[in-house]
Amino acid sequence: MVTSREQFAAWEGSVEELKGLVTDRALTGETMLLNMGPQHPSTHGVLRLLLELDGEEVVTCIPDVGYLHTGIEKNMEYKTYEKSIVMTDRMDYLSPMGNNLVYCLAMEKLFELDVPRRAAIARVILAELTRLASHMVWLGIHGLDLGVTSTMIYCFREREKVLDIYEMCGGQRMMSTYFRPGGLWRDLPDEFVPAVNDILEDFPRRIDDYESLLTNNRMFMERTQGIGFMTAEDAVNYGLSGATLRASGVNWDIRKAQPYSLYDEFDFDVPLGQHGDVYDRYLVRMGEMRQSLRIIRQGLDKLAKEKGPFRSDNRKYVPPPRAELGRSMEAVIHHFKLWTEGFRPPKGEVYAAIESPRGELGCFLASDGSPKPMRVHFRTPSFVHIGALSELAKGYMIADLVAIIGSVDIVLGDCDR
Amino acid sequence: MSASDPLGTLKEHFGEAVRETLPFRGETTIIVDAQKIAEVGRFLHDTPGLEYKFLSDITGIDYYPEEPRFGLAYHLLCMRFNRRLRLKVYWSDGDEPVPSVTGIWKSANWEEREAYDMYGVEFSGHPDLRRILMAEDWEGFPGRKDYPLGYEVVQFSFNFDDVNKHKPYAKE
Repeated sequence: MVTSREQFAAWEGSVEELKGLVTDRALTGETMLLNMGPQHPSTHGVLRLLLELDGEEVVTCIPDVGYLHTGIEKNMEYKTYEKSIVMTDRMDYLSPMGNNLVYCLAMEKLFELDVPRRAAIARVILAELTRLASHMVWLGIHGLDLGVTSTMIYCFREREKVLDIYEMCGGQRMMSTYFRPGGLWRDLPDEFVPAVNDILEDFPRRIDDYESLLTNNRMFMERTQGIGFMTAEDAVNYGLSGATLRASGVNWDIRKAQPYSLYDEFDFDVPLGQHGDVYDRYLVRMGEMRQSLRIIRQGLDKLAKEKGPFRSDNRKYVPPPRAELGRSMEAVIHHFKLWTEGFRPPKGEVYAAIESPRGELGCFLASDGSPKPMRVHFRTPSFVHIGALSELAKGYMIADLVAIIGSVDIVLGDCDR
Repeated sequence: MSASDPLGTLKEHFGEAVRETLPFRGETTIIVDAQKIAEVGRFLHDTPGLEYKFLSDITGIDYYPEEPRFGLAYHLLCMRFNRRLRLKVYWSDGDEPVPSVTGIWKSANWEEREAYDMYGVEFSGHPDLRRILMAEDWEGFPGRKDYPLGYEVVQFSFNFDDVNKHKPYAKE
C-alpha cells in the first residue's frame, strides 16, 4: 500500500515499466487501467489480465501468467524417466491421459520401444474419452460465463461418467497415470467395455440436448458471433492450434496429418469453421465431440479383436510382471535395476506432438544417456493461446473478453506447468 | 510448387552459418549460427517450397558443464508439406544476444520470454523481454543446472541438532 510520499515516488517507477505495455493515453489518465484476476471466476484458473479500457472497450490486454508455476520441467530432471509420469497428470488437469500419452510417446520415440496393438487402441479410446471430458468442462464453463448456468450442471454430470472410467482403469479419478512407456500400467478391467458402451449410448443424445440449448439460441449467438475474430493466416502466425485454429478454417489436425498411436486406422472427419470467431470455435468443438464418439465406437470393435499383451516385453525398459519374479532370476535382476537405477536410454533429442483437447501438445525430451532426462519441455497449447489473447481481445467489450477467454479453452495448470 | 530440401537450400544461401547434425529418430536438426537465426527463420518462413509458417515451440536447454553452455531448439512446422524441422543455436553467458524471431512468428514472443526467464538467454529486438513464469523480482534463472531444486534436509537423530539450528521455528 502506498502511504508516504517516498513510497509514491518509488511507485511511479512502476508506471515507467508500464510505458511499453500500454498506450500513452493510459499514462495521462484518458483510459483506465483495470486489473482482472488472478482470482476472477471467469479467467479459468489463476490468470491475471491487465486491461486498458476506453469506456468498456479493451484497448490493450496484457496477460500475466505464472501463478501456478510449479517447476514440473525442472523437477522431472531430478527423477528417473518413469517416475516423472505422475507429474504430467498435474499439468493439464482436465486431460491427464493426453499428458501421459505425449510423454510416453516421446519416451517411446527415444527408446525405440514398441507398443502392442491392444495398448495402442486402448490409448486411443482413453484419449478420446479425455477429449469428451475436457470439452464437457469447456462447454459447461463457457456456457456459465455467458449466462447459461444449466449447461454447467449438465456437463459436469456427463464428465463424471468419464472420470468413473479413469478410476476403473488407473485407480484415480483425475490423476490416472495409466499410460506407461511400452503400453499400459495394467490391462483394461472387465467393466471397461460396458461402461464405455453406456457412454456411447448416452452421449449423442446429450450433445443434441446441449446443441438445442445453445446452437440456435439467439442470446448465445449474439454474444458469440463476430467476437474474438482471427484470420487463418494470423492464427497460424500466432501459433494457435487445435479447435481454435480449425475454427479459422485451417485444416490441420495432428491425428490426421501426423498420426500417432494407430490413429491412421480410424475413420473420422475434422470439423472446420469458416469465420474464426467464438461461435465457430463452439461449433467445431461440438463437431469434434461427435467425431470422438465415432472413434471410440471403432476403437471398441478393434479392441474386441485384440486379446494380446497390453505392454511391451522389452525387459530393458519395461519391468517384468509379478508372476515372473518367482521363477526367473533374470526377471528379479531386471526388476531391481529398473526400480532402483532406472533405464539408460541412448543420447539424443526427440519431439513428439499430439492433438490434445486444447491443441498441439508437444513434448521435447533430451537425453544425455543417464537414467534421468537432461531436459523435458512441454509445448502446451494454453501457454501459446494466452500469448495470443492480447491480439484476440483487442477492440472488443470487456464482457466479450470473458467469451473469448472461454472460447480458446485455456487451463492455467497447462500454461504454467 | 513442390517441397524442397531445407538443408540443401539453406546451405546454398547461408554457407558456413548452417551446419547439419545426424538425423535422429527420423527428425532433422539443423544447427545455425546464433546471430543468423532471424535471417534463417525469415528465409524458411517466406521461401516457396519451404514455408515453415508455424513455430511450435522454442526450448531452452542447459548443457552444463559443456561449452557453449545453452542451446535453443526452435521447432518449426510446415503444414503445407506436412513436415517438421528443428533449428538449433548455441549461446553462452556474455555472448551477443540472440536475434529475436518475434518479427517472423508472433508466437515466439512468449516462448522467448520463457527461455529468458528460465535460462537467462538474452534476445535482441524482442518487444517485451520480461520474466513470464517467475515473479518479476526473482533472482537467478531456475532452469539452469547449477540452480538448486531446493528441498528440506531430513532430520535424523545423528543430525538432529544441526538441522534444528536452521529451522525458523522450534529452536528449543
